[in-house]
Amino acid sequence: MTNAVTPTVDLHNAVVLSGGFPLLSGVDLQLLPSSLTVITGANGAGKTSLLRLLAGLVPLSGGSGTVAGFDLANGDLRELRRRVGWLGHEGSFYDDLTVRENLTFAAKALERPLIEIERALQRVGLSNRIDTVTKKLSAGQRRRLGLSWLLIRRPEIWLLDEPYASLDDEARTFFDALIADVLRSGATVVISAHDKLKSEALQPRTIVLGGGRIVSES
Amino acid sequence: MIRTALLVFKKDLRIEMRSRVLLWQVLPFGVMALLLCGIALGPSHAGNSSAGPGLFYLVTLLVALLMINRSQSVEKTPGTKASVATLGLDPAGVFLGKSLALATELWVTGIILLGGSVVILHTSLHGAILALPSVVVTLAALAVAGTLYGALTSGGDGAATLLPVLALPAFAPLLIAGERSFSAALNHGGIWRWWLILSVALSVYTAIGILLYGVLEES
Repeated sequence: MTNAVTPTVDLHNAVVLSGGFPLLSGVDLQLLPSSLTVITGANGAGKTSLLRLLAGLVPLSGGSGTVAGFDLANGDLRELRRRVGWLGHEGSFYDDLTVRENLTFAAKALERPLIEIERALQRVGLSNRIDTVTKKLSAGQRRRLGLSWLLIRRPEIWLLDEPYASLDDEARTFFDALIADVLRSGATVVISAHDKLKSEALQPRTIVLGGGRIVSES
Repeated sequence: MIRTALLVFKKDLRIEMRSRVLLWQVLPFGVMALLLCGIALGPSHAGNSSAGPGLFYLVTLLVALLMINRSQSVEKTPGTKASVATLGLDPAGVFLGKSLALATELWVTGIILLGGSVVILHTSLHGAILALPSVVVTLAALAVAGTLYGALTSGGDGAATLLPVLALPAFAPLLIAGERSFSAALNHGGIWRWWLILSVALSVYTAIGILLYGVLEES
């Protein structure tokens, strides 16, 4: 008797169109809980489009798929969005609010206790910046704020778009350690990056995209 | 819905208080526009002119367009839009919260511009006070319609140009009714007929916004 694990992500021949132009065409992908996957490829390969599909930010134009048990072809995408966490490389918050105000907004929207803000900031090492206006944070600090936003959310799937961009070695090491913790908690993590992950702590599955298709994987 | 509305309302006002765009950019623009209107009328004619209410609403509309674009632009940074979308906020609550925040900003601006029209255009102070109830409802209706049309135009390029063009059919009846009620107040006429019309318009735009804001956000 076998214990089959239900994939968190299960795409079959997935197609995403934008104005008739295929951003993704015929993608087959299965991701399991507690797995780390890195999506790489050149600019325009479809990395961000794949992440946006998994986040419910763009609709599935063809094929079929489920994400966290949610049917992408038939359902209100808002329901899916509540189950995923998104960290974009452009920043994920209101620049004119302080760290505390941004996280309070997220916590109240998700009906989480405010004590989780302190915990999340301690976890990412940003407690001393709690009353700093977000636009005054460095790129690395903004990334840490984004992570604390996700820690408060505790999503089933973490979708991280270019999370290593403009991070120094120390910040990368910290980031890897946090991702390792998240994986241990059972969440699925998907990272888009230009290059393969050069992490010693993490051993991800790497998928290379090209022209909206999976070109290779290792 | 109400919980989301209050959350978004407080957040938008906090952003405005922190950025001070209203204080340092929008209000000075409005006062300057009012001053230019006064100069265009000439000092001897300004006090007797029936153009005062119309000029007040013209300047208020220009200021409102700036504020509507500002209200939408804080949501449209790509990363922020995606992150906030994954919070799963009720669109109707977001619409009400943004409308209420915009209305509050317009009320503050409107009262300052009303004072400005008394000083600069020599509009009767007594008439301006009598017109206050209709000004409050007109600005609330402008805020609600503006939030709706702001969401419609903010996704594309040239939103600042598209907004006044697309929103004109919605704004024009409000401005006409607002101007008529202000003129009625200055001439000691009854403003309540216009107030009622404006209140109905406010209710209709609010109902449309609650129903359609989610669809506009998705598009």
